[in-house]
Parts: sequence; C-alpha cells; structure tokens
Amino acid sequence: MNEILKAQNLKICYQAVNGEVEAVHDVSFSVTEGEFISIVGPSGCGKSTLLSAIAGITPITSGKILLSGKEVSGVCGDIAYMLQKDNLLEWRSIRKNVLIGLEVRNLLTQENLAYADRLLKTYGLWEFRDKYPAQLSGGMRQRAALIRTLAVRPKLLLLDEAFSALDYQTRLTVTDDVYKILKKEKQTALIVTHDIPESISMSDRVIVLSKRPAVIRKIYTTVFDIPNRSPLLCRDHASFGEYFNQIWKELDVHVS
Amino acid sequence: MYHKEISNERKIYLKKQRRYKNAVTFFRVFIIISFIALWEIGGRLGLIDSFVLSQPSRILSVLADYKQNDLLLHIGTTLFETGVGFILGVVLGCFIAVLLWWSPFLSKVSEPYLVVLNSLPKIALGPVIIIWVGAGTRAIIFMALAISMIVTVLEMLNGFIGTDKELIKMLRTFGANRFQIFTKIVLPYNIETLFNSLKINIGLSLVGVIAGEFLVSKAGLGYLIVYGGQVFKMDLVMASVIILAAAAAILYELIVICQRFVLKCINHK
Repeated sequence: MNEILKAQNLKICYQAVNGEVEAVHDVSFSVTEGEFISIVGPSGCGKSTLLSAIAGITPITSGKILLSGKEVSGVCGDIAYMLQKDNLLEWRSIRKNVLIGLEVRNLLTQENLAYADRLLKTYGLWEFRDKYPAQLSGGMRQRAALIRTLAVRPKLLLLDEAFSALDYQTRLTVTDDVYKILKKEKQTALIVTHDIPESISMSDRVIVLSKRPAVIRKIYTTVFDIPNRSPLLCRDHASFGEYFNQIWKELDVHVS
Repeated sequence: MYHKEISNERKIYLKKQRRYKNAVTFFRVFIIISFIALWEIGGRLGLIDSFVLSQPSRILSVLADYKQNDLLLHIGTTLFETGVGFILGVVLGCFIAVLLWWSPFLSKVSEPYLVVLNSLPKIALGPVIIIWVGAGTRAIIFMALAISMIVTVLEMLNGFIGTDKELIKMLRTFGANRFQIFTKIVLPYNIETLFNSLKINIGLSLVGVIAGEFLVSKAGLGYLIVYGGQVFKMDLVMASVIILAAAAAILYELIVICQRFVLKCINHK
C-alpha cells in the first residue's frame, strides 16, 4: 500500500506568557492509503495540536511532514480537516455549505460540482440541498460537514473529536455512518479522539500518546475478523474489550 | 380530515395571554390620551400657563399651518442632514472597523484613542468643527458623523473580533486567506451587529444634527426649536419636538423593518 502521510520526528513548541511550552516531542508515524488511524491520549496532551500541525494551521518547530513523499508546510490542498462542531454556516444552504471548500480553493469546476452533487445524492442529502443547517438534524448536519470535506477530494482526512459534540446515541449512529461513507469513498483518515471505544471501533491502528509533551507510548493494531466491518459491529466483538483494557491501562499508567 | 381540539386549559391560557397583551396596549394608549387631555384641560382652565407650556390644540394648529411655518422645509433639512451624517458615519465607521480587524496591531494601538473618543462628548467639539469645516450644513453633517462614526467603529470591531473562532478555523483548513475569511464568515456573521449599530446610530445622528443646528443653521428642526425659544413661541418649539420624536421613531422603525427583511433572507428560518 502507498504511504500517504509520514510524520518524522515532529516537535511542536508554542510560546505562552509564562514561557515556552513543548506540546509534542519527537513523534513519528505513518499512515498508508485507505487506513484509519486514531490518536488517543490524556486530556490536553497535544493530540489536537498534532492534528493542527499536520493540517498546516499550526507551525512545527522541527521534524518533517511528508504527504505522498513530498514535504508539506502550511495548508495543503490534499488534506481536509473536520472539527468538533459541524461549523455549517447558517446563512448558506446545505449545497452552498458543501461547496465552500471548493469555493475557497477556486476549484468550482463542472467536474467538482458534479462530484459534490454525487456525494449529496449518495449520502441522502440531495433532497435537503436547498435547506438551511437549522432545518437539519444533528446527524444530518454532521454528514453535510463530512461531505464538505470530501468534496475537495483530499488524500488525507483529519477528524478532530469530530463526534464529541453529539449526544451519545446520535454519536454511535453517526460514527457508524461516517465510517461507512469514508470506507466507501476509499478515504484515508487520521482521527483524534478522547473516546477509547470510538478509537478502537473506527480504526485499524490506535496511537496512544503520553501526557504533555506528547510522545508515542504505544501503537496498537486492531484486528476484527468481521466481514463488512463497522464500528457498531466491532463493539460487539470479543476482542473489543481486550483492546479497551490494554489501551486504558496504557493511558491509566500514564495519567496517574 | 385532521381536526385539532383545543383543551380548556389551553383556551384559558390563550385567553390570559390575550388579556395581558390587551391590557398593555390599553394602558399605553390610556397614559398618552390622559396626558394630552389633562394638558389641554389644564391650559383651557388656566391651571397651567399655556404661554410657557403650550397646549395640544395650539400645537395642532401650528402643525396644521405647516405651510406658513415652512415646516416641510425644516423637516426636510433635518432629515437630509441626518441621512447624510448617518450614512457617512456608518460607511466610514465600518471601513475603519474592517481596517482594525485586518490589523490586530493597529487595533491594539488605537484602543486607548477609541476609548477616549467614545467617552468624549462630541458636542464639545462643535465650535472647533465650525472653524474647521465652516458654518452651515457641512458643520452639522460633520457633527452627526463624528457622533455616529466612533460608535460604529467600536460596535462593528467588537462584532468582528467576536466571530466564532471555530468557523474561521474551518475555513482556514481549506486554505482561506484573510479576505475570504472576512467576506465568507466575518461579514455575514455580523449582519445582526451591523443592524444593532444602525439602530443606535440613527438616534445619535439626530442628536448630532440637532446639536449642530442649535449652534449654526438657517433651517432645520433644531433651528426652529432655538428660534421658537428665542421669540417665546412655545407652540412652535413643542411642535418641533413632537415632529422630531415622530421622525426618530419612523427612522428607527425603517431600520427594524429593513433588519427583519435582511435577516429573513439570510437565515431562512
């Protein structure tokens, strides 16, 4: 499989009033095409900072970020970012919200418009294309936000606690929904979450970070022998609890 | 066919609501009618001095005699000066707010100056403005502009700075530049702030114009009030004040209607 992302010895420091803060220390990992990787770690350890750096909106102090073998700095057209809230613009229709990434990048071509429309049709939002975010349910809004990021056809999708604003039940169904969409679109994804079950059920590998400055404690490969794997099915699998205990212990040892 | 039955409790609740609303309207009308009636009766019976306090019927006759008093000319002059001062104040204020949002450094530097300029009673600058821009309409418009502009700058800048950071971050992840962030997020996000600023400014522009007309003018409601006071025509003064109150209310309502229309188009709720 092709290597999509390679993070090499990343170090991220930022300047605060009280002094310099090292958020991430010497982190290296790679993501191959079609792979889902989750990053978990204690609260405030620098997970989101790491994701922001990969997205190009937080500068790195040292190290390299390679995307398909090419070093990137700043915001890159091949990476899309999904945040905690859906951040849909209330004054724009769903279709116009979905197109905003293409608009910003000056990519409103017929081909891209057709692709965005196909995504809307495939994932059940075509009938709602002229509606406004306030007229949609939480799950549908999240799906619209996902289509907005997919519309720019990124090589890598970053999800930063993308489901944490939803209530628990909606969250379970939306996670399942998003997973299936991403798999169908053969999308590569890097997910930051504080939710261990979510990280296990959604990803092929789970990276456990230490407290700040974040270093990689361990990388777990999650294997579930389930045909047509989905997050909800994974939660029922016998190995699920085992993975949970291992990751929890790794975090717990560290948190204490 | 689906028929919705209204329960007794609901009927009682709705009746109470309606009664409350009617009571509010009744007392509002009652207070103004009683005030006018007592004023008129007091004047007729000689309980109050109509020469000093005027009288509703005398004010009405001044209003009816609008041609002889050139009321339309004075109203037109004041409205024109208010309109120009208001528009200039809002446009310049918004422009400066955009500049300050664009450059956080400039915003930080100008912060103490804006605070002082906002607290300063701009009317105190009246004589200076007259010397700078000359006596006449220009000085009056300048006064309205000076009063409304600073408020617009502060209101709009606060709105721009308070724009949801997550929305801006979302657009930045697509590589948006500052211009795109402003036009696609910050500006539409602050339409309500703009209208709130307009509502405050229309009243402030009128204050500026009237203050300017007090100092230097040959026409306008402010001129009429000063002139009426000087020649002890209190009916004229009171009629001008009433016209001014009506003009202020109408201008405010126009902005409210405009706001309702724009927000309806934007929010589509």
